[in-house]
Amino acid sequence: MGFLDIKQATKSYGSLRVLHETDISIEEGEFLVLVGPSGCGKSTLLNMIAGLEDITSGEIAIKGKSMNGVKPADRNIAMVFQSYALYPNMTVSGNISFGMEMHGIAKPEREKRIGQVADLLQISHLLDRKPGQLSGGQRQRVAMGRALVREPDVFLFDEPLSNLDAKLRVDMRTEIKKLHQKLGTTIVYVTHDQIEALTLSTRIAVMFGGYVQQLGTPKEIYDNPANMFVAGFMGSPSMNLFPAKVVSADSKPAAEVTLADGKKAAIPFASDALSSSIGRDIILGIRPEAITDRDGADRNSRAVHLVEAPVEVTEPAGSDTFVVSQIGGKDVTGRFRADVAVKAGDVFPFAFNMEKAVAFDPKTENRIA
Amino acid sequence: MSTMSRSSSLRPARVILYLLLALFCIYYLLPLYVMVVNSLKPLSEITSGGMMSLPKQWTIAPWESAWSTAQVGVEATGLKPYFLNSIIMVVPAVALSTLVGALNGYVLTKWTFRGATILFGLLLFGCFIPFQMVLIPMARMLGLMGLAGTVPGLIFVHFVYGIGFSTLYFRNYYAAFPTELVRAAQIDGAGFFRIFWRILLPSSGPIAVVCVIWQFTNIWNDFLFGASFSDFDSQPMTVALNNLVQSSTGVKEYNVHFAGAIMAALPTLLVYIVAGRYFVRGLMAGSVKG
Repeated sequence: MGFLDIKQATKSYGSLRVLHETDISIEEGEFLVLVGPSGCGKSTLLNMIAGLEDITSGEIAIKGKSMNGVKPADRNIAMVFQSYALYPNMTVSGNISFGMEMHGIAKPEREKRIGQVADLLQISHLLDRKPGQLSGGQRQRVAMGRALVREPDVFLFDEPLSNLDAKLRVDMRTEIKKLHQKLGTTIVYVTHDQIEALTLSTRIAVMFGGYVQQLGTPKEIYDNPANMFVAGFMGSPSMNLFPAKVVSADSKPAAEVTLADGKKAAIPFASDALSSSIGRDIILGIRPEAITDRDGADRNSRAVHLVEAPVEVTEPAGSDTFVVSQIGGKDVTGRFRADVAVKAGDVFPFAFNMEKAVAFDPKTENRIA
Repeated sequence: MSTMSRSSSLRPARVILYLLLALFCIYYLLPLYVMVVNSLKPLSEITSGGMMSLPKQWTIAPWESAWSTAQVGVEATGLKPYFLNSIIMVVPAVALSTLVGALNGYVLTKWTFRGATILFGLLLFGCFIPFQMVLIPMARMLGLMGLAGTVPGLIFVHFVYGIGFSTLYFRNYYAAFPTELVRAAQIDGAGFFRIFWRILLPSSGPIAVVCVIWQFTNIWNDFLFGASFSDFDSQPMTVALNNLVQSSTGVKEYNVHFAGAIMAALPTLLVYIVAGRYFVRGLMAGSVKG
């Protein structure tokens, strides 16, 4: 039993089920990120934890106590909203103290805690202002202050950074991570941004279509995606997914792919996991950083194989050059070092690091190896 | 250079525009001018045909008479008691209907329930029922409640009739009010009424002003309900003004009538002047990203 337990929780609106049976157990101090595209059920799940939405069936428990039917105010949670939801008629300190006031905390204690939180978030000079007089980043801090001051069991963040501009978003991301490391609080964080998910979390739940597709550490999710949705959604640029056929090469399983010029190439797998699947059609998944130029390949890998393939497009991105080739009818992107002399139209050796390759069933889209 | 030539070419148009506007101003202010000047001159100056001219002899006697000594109906009390009747009728009726409208709007947008839309539709329907249709049922109701012919009875009528419009105003205003604020307050531990008092109402300035102006003007100016449901001692200002003008003993004191008419119009004018500038203030700035 964890600190926050979600057991077989579902949510339906009439006959429409937006969240299917979900089981997640969160330990104290964990930073769980719920990530997925719009309408995947992540915000619904967060609102269910907050008590803002009823649970259709199943149970949510905090510290072993069932929260079904418990009012949001009595769950000892705090929430940061996407729009910040600061009370426009109150000053910053009024906003921060409102929750404490509602919970009957005496004024001197409130003042003390406001001071502490304001110091922590560097908003002491803003305490007498109204939310309308603050910038986006300052409002974000105030919203976090309002949550922090309550000293809740669980923090809930609902896409807190998506209203900020790109630079501020990166800064605030770091701030949130620092805060978590400093305070060691339990956080459930909803975002549609997979970078936020990977950088912030201790564990990620990737959601789609009302199901948790995969629950795991950022590394597990990134290196070992459970299905093609997770593989394609997490990582930027996203994982290359292209059709291949398992063949036998030197009595070892290999992936046979069709290149743009019609030639076929067999790339041996690093393991024997697919040796019983010879002749099977698969979808091969390889991240761009596992397809490199020869000298850029991972030296620790024992399964780097070169494939001569025609280059379709090169995209210099400063630190790297992304090189695109057609394999199996799909654009496949490789991440080459910036100074590699490669140009469109060349036939160039691509180094495939097959230790990082994964295989999916084309029909079920689930992982097979 | 180009802006110079543009503004100079526009100048004749500007002049014509301002002249036109001034003309309209005079046209609309003319009745008020007539009322004011005639309320400040002796009756003889009016009857001798100088309606448009300024008083030769300034006097406030017509005002004093209209306020405290003129014959209204059967008694020579002036308009004072009826003015007070109107005040003690309008203030609670406006306050109650505005408050209940705000509460209705809050429930209909932030605590919706099955049938909320239908209920709102019915309330709206109430706005558009002609006054005359409710006269007899309302008279019966007031009789049963023991409020017939009293000021509280009038307050009740106006309060109930005002709910439709005030609900419409507040519902539409609160529909645009971010629901996340209500949710944040719920998590902070505020209950139904706390959220209403501390979060919603303080942000309702502009719509409350609109609602108050609307209700005040309607209730103060109402004649039909006032004439139908009041007694001699509970008549509102509008009915009393009518009685003052219609009193047929002796000569018609037009100067007193003018003074009385201005008195009847002053409170609504005052409400517009005082509250009008809050009309457009955006008190919601900054609650969400903006």
